[in-house]
Amino acid sequence: MENIINAQQLVFAYSGEKEAALKGVSVSVSKGEMVAVLGHNGSGKSTFAKHLNAILLPSGGVCYVGGINTADEDKLLDLRRTAGMVFQNPDNQIVATIVEEDVAFGLENLGIPPEEIRERVDSALKDVGMYKFRLHAPHQLSGGQKQRIAIAGIIAMRPQLIILDEPTAMLDPRGRAEVIETITRLNRELGMTVILITHYMDEAAACDRIIVMDDGRLLIDDTPKKVFSNVALLKRVGLDVPQATEIVYELKKCGIDLPDDIITDEECVEALASLLSKKGEVQA
Amino acid sequence: MLKDITIGQYFPGESAIHRLDPRMKLIMTTIYIVALFVANNVGGLLVCVAIGLAGYLISGISLSMVKKSLKPIMPIIIFTAVLNMIFVDGKPIFEFWIIKATYEGLQLAVLMVIRIVCLIAGSSLLTYTTSPIALTDAVERLFDPLKKFNMPVHELAMMMTIALRFIPTLIEETDKIMSAQKARGADMESGTIIDRARALIPILIPLFVSSFRRADELALAMECRCYHGGEGRTRMKQLKYTGNDFVALAVLVMVLALVIAMNLILPSMY
Repeated sequence: MENIINAQQLVFAYSGEKEAALKGVSVSVSKGEMVAVLGHNGSGKSTFAKHLNAILLPSGGVCYVGGINTADEDKLLDLRRTAGMVFQNPDNQIVATIVEEDVAFGLENLGIPPEEIRERVDSALKDVGMYKFRLHAPHQLSGGQKQRIAIAGIIAMRPQLIILDEPTAMLDPRGRAEVIETITRLNRELGMTVILITHYMDEAAACDRIIVMDDGRLLIDDTPKKVFSNVALLKRVGLDVPQATEIVYELKKCGIDLPDDIITDEECVEALASLLSKKGEVQA
Repeated sequence: MLKDITIGQYFPGESAIHRLDPRMKLIMTTIYIVALFVANNVGGLLVCVAIGLAGYLISGISLSMVKKSLKPIMPIIIFTAVLNMIFVDGKPIFEFWIIKATYEGLQLAVLMVIRIVCLIAGSSLLTYTTSPIALTDAVERLFDPLKKFNMPVHELAMMMTIALRFIPTLIEETDKIMSAQKARGADMESGTIIDRARALIPILIPLFVSSFRRADELALAMECRCYHGGEGRTRMKQLKYTGNDFVALAVLVMVLALVIAMNLILPSMY
């Protein structure tokens, strides 16, 4: 598979700070992957994400996204239409006073002909399930709906990669579910590469791959099952594990025999049920 | 409580006037204002009053709205009328000490009042029937040629749009901050005017700080969506003049012509 992100030994320090925020991060992501980036505050995960569409430029190392060197200023616009970014606060990324006009904003900036903008805006709104709200004002919508509008504004530009920087952090549980469902669908159905920065372990568990960052370095880069089987290491860097994994982990500490790679509620229920029925057979 | 504030004074509707191109409405309003100031006799002004009334009738907007929009400038109207009555020379109505009111002054005062009322009513009709966002759009496109003279037309329009977009957000935020400060014991409803003004400080400061933070984030988000100024930008919604727009324009031009004709026929009142 072709790599869409190819980052080599990225180093970056914010001005005025002695310690580097990124200390040599190398990551490659292939097309169509859905990758979660985990890490506690200050681990460098947001800083890393900001390198992917040249909001920040590395002071060491190189970063290629969609074949473009992010340090190449002449290709900045191309880069930004290749890699779209959604931020935490939906209120602060909506520009226009009408939903459909906001979705059109990026396309208008790119100088796309009006008829095509119309077409792309409609299809982007349908992709995020907000088509019937196209004439609403943003302030009439819920947080989750606003965030989906922000996502529509990005996917209307037809990027190959969409980076979401804690898109659910300010949302209520229902809004969170809406947004995650939308992102997952974009990845599964439209084959969009997704980089999801998050604090929620259950969101990370639903991805294909998890990158754990700590202190500006890449700590783990593996499948969710492998990552969450290392509960002790995750706890050491200040991260949680999904609830199901936590239960299994505690039970195993008490000497109960359960598989290592449980990350979803369903798997946990299944494992416990089969364990109980086995026990029943032994007793009988 | 603050949530009930509406932005601008737009009344959505489907009348012929609502559906006119916002650019045309802007041009028509300008012609109307010119006609009002060109008119120098009762005949011309009556033409203006008539077309203004017709506009309100067609738009379906109640005339009581005019009363509402006149309220804040009532003192100015009265002041102008009184000044005109006193300072114009002519046949006196009554004299008191050094004050002398004249018939000529009274005539002029009436003319002046009609003119101001029409001015307010006419420009209000524009904002009643055009959404702020359409108006911004119209301004941007109408003044587009000024870009050649380095006028930041697009930037101004973008600023207007963002301001309109953030009014409800900031109102909501003000509401939250007020509640938060009340919960901490802030007293905003009693005391002298100075006390109350002072009580606003703990509300305004957090509001300012958060506005700057928002502005920062918004700028970043706009950049990420390839915003790079007005150059090379296209628009999804294209404005197009229709037959109705030209009919409306013709009517307004006729009004102006009629006013000029009245000026020539009837004696000037100055």
